[in-house]
Amino acid sequence: MILYAARRLALAVPLLFGMSVLVFALMRLVPGDPAVAVLGYKATPDGIRALREAFHLDEPVPQQYVRWLGGVARGDFGLDFRQNEPIGRMILDRLPVTIELTLLAAACTALIGVPLGLLAGGRRGGAADRAALAVGLVGVSVPDFWLGIMLILGLSLGAGLLPSGGWVPFAESPIENLIHFALPALTLAVSRAAVLGRLTRAAVLDTMHRGFVQYARAKGLGERAILFRHVLPNAAIPIVTVLGLQVGYMLGGAIVVEMIFTLPGVGRMTLDAVLERNYPVVQSTVLVIGAMFMLVNLVTDVLYGVIDPRVRRR
Amino acid sequence: MIWRAVREALPARHRGVTLAGFLVVGTLALTAVLASHVLPGSPTEIAKDQALRAPTWAEPFGFDDLGRSILSRVVHAYRVSLGVALASVGLALLAGLPLGLVAGYAEGPLDQLIMRPLDVLMSFPAILLAIALMSVFGTGVALVALSLAVVYTPIVARVVRAAVLAVKVELYVDGARALGAAVPRLVLRHILPNAATPVLVQASVLMAIAILVEASLSFLGVGVRPPTPSLGLMLADGRGFMVQAPWMVIFPGVAIMAAVLGFNMVADGLRDWLDPQQATGR
Repeated sequence: MILYAARRLALAVPLLFGMSVLVFALMRLVPGDPAVAVLGYKATPDGIRALREAFHLDEPVPQQYVRWLGGVARGDFGLDFRQNEPIGRMILDRLPVTIELTLLAAACTALIGVPLGLLAGGRRGGAADRAALAVGLVGVSVPDFWLGIMLILGLSLGAGLLPSGGWVPFAESPIENLIHFALPALTLAVSRAAVLGRLTRAAVLDTMHRGFVQYARAKGLGERAILFRHVLPNAAIPIVTVLGLQVGYMLGGAIVVEMIFTLPGVGRMTLDAVLERNYPVVQSTVLVIGAMFMLVNLVTDVLYGVIDPRVRRR
Repeated sequence: MIWRAVREALPARHRGVTLAGFLVVGTLALTAVLASHVLPGSPTEIAKDQALRAPTWAEPFGFDDLGRSILSRVVHAYRVSLGVALASVGLALLAGLPLGLVAGYAEGPLDQLIMRPLDVLMSFPAILLAIALMSVFGTGVALVALSLAVVYTPIVARVVRAAVLAVKVELYVDGARALGAAVPRLVLRHILPNAATPVLVQASVLMAIAILVEASLSFLGVGVRPPTPSLGLMLADGRGFMVQAPWMVIFPGVAIMAAVLGFNMVADGLRDWLDPQQATGR
């Protein structure tokens, strides 16, 4: 088991290296002088010179890369020239928001998707199955930013039930914090729950044909007991895997959701930086979100090995 | 010809969803192509006196804050949506097919050389990579398509490679090789056609995702530039007026959903039809 995990981890190292090269190279491809791009209309000759020095833009590019990577490895992403604040600190401040959003959305996804799939797969071809399939297909097709707008329109501006945006620290008021996360998490969850529901249904149907299910049925066990005691545990492997992958995709979706609901997370920080052409910040957040995405996939991979011992030997 | 093939091969239950999907996609594509013939109204002409006017029978989607007809903007925006989707998937196929074919057929070091860099591209969430690319290269319709093609190429290559790996150990490939078929002929005539199924399914899924991502990017302000009508831009504009004029945000969203749903239904149907083993079991 440990060997399997170690092998997976070893594969991640060159990938991380590749990601850092890509992100670095991408930001060097910005047309024009990066110093002018960063400073924008406020650029003065003095400012440009200071910035060129701070980012070592006059050194050869490979040397710049090594210097940058060395900093990143120590958690030093350099200074944000607009806010005059260390970028690493800014990311660390915003990371908990994105992580909480992602985890809450993952919980919603599981709570909606798995029952939906069980309902559909338990009675194949029935009315519930057809309804769940239709809901799944529509759910997959809903753009999440539009769903967010519709939820705001209906539930916060219309019915006045939930806040349409903003954020309260968990330490200040846990309940207020969760209330503010309700709509964003739901927005992020719906299309992923639809995918998970479809997959759960397929996994359930697949397991239903197995010998042990027919045996359980032959010995007179009720359908409900069969579904929960025999089918679900065996269908869990693909369900957990896909849920893990979904958590990764949510990190991307969080960018849009954080923007709609004005949550101060890393996704919104990225987007703000992109719109302001604040390239040092874009470079850092893209790398951090990418690394998190990879980490989630890695954990999913290892988890897969934990649940299903056959995978480890491959 | 396609029609007959579909009718013969699809059991009645699959046919419904697939045909509905083709119908939706076909209708949308046709309206987009014929946009200016179907709706003589201009999508960009500003008429302040009609600003924020509610939907009527003559203008079922209402007017936006500048008095532009939302229906004719939606129809013209489909040109952008479908154009971006077609171009990005087309480009990704053009790049990803040969890469995946070579990687899958050669294996070994050449495979590693091709696939490792592509793995790096796939280590970012798709929308994040697209945003990063747009931030570097700027905005506009062509650049959205190009960014999406970059995001899609590794996906296509990976699907092709997996299919080639599965197909190339088949007996008929050995047979053709034994008969002295040259490598290009072997790959193009014997391996590629039999690896086409997953690629076709993947392509229709990617079309659906492309429509979503284009809308997202434009909504976020890093996609299509105004005044080009784009469904994402329309939603971004409408957000500020969603209380007085909810039709400004409702209809563009429904339009996105309809197109995405169409392509997803096509993908679902193709998957069940072409690959009964992997069928979702509808």
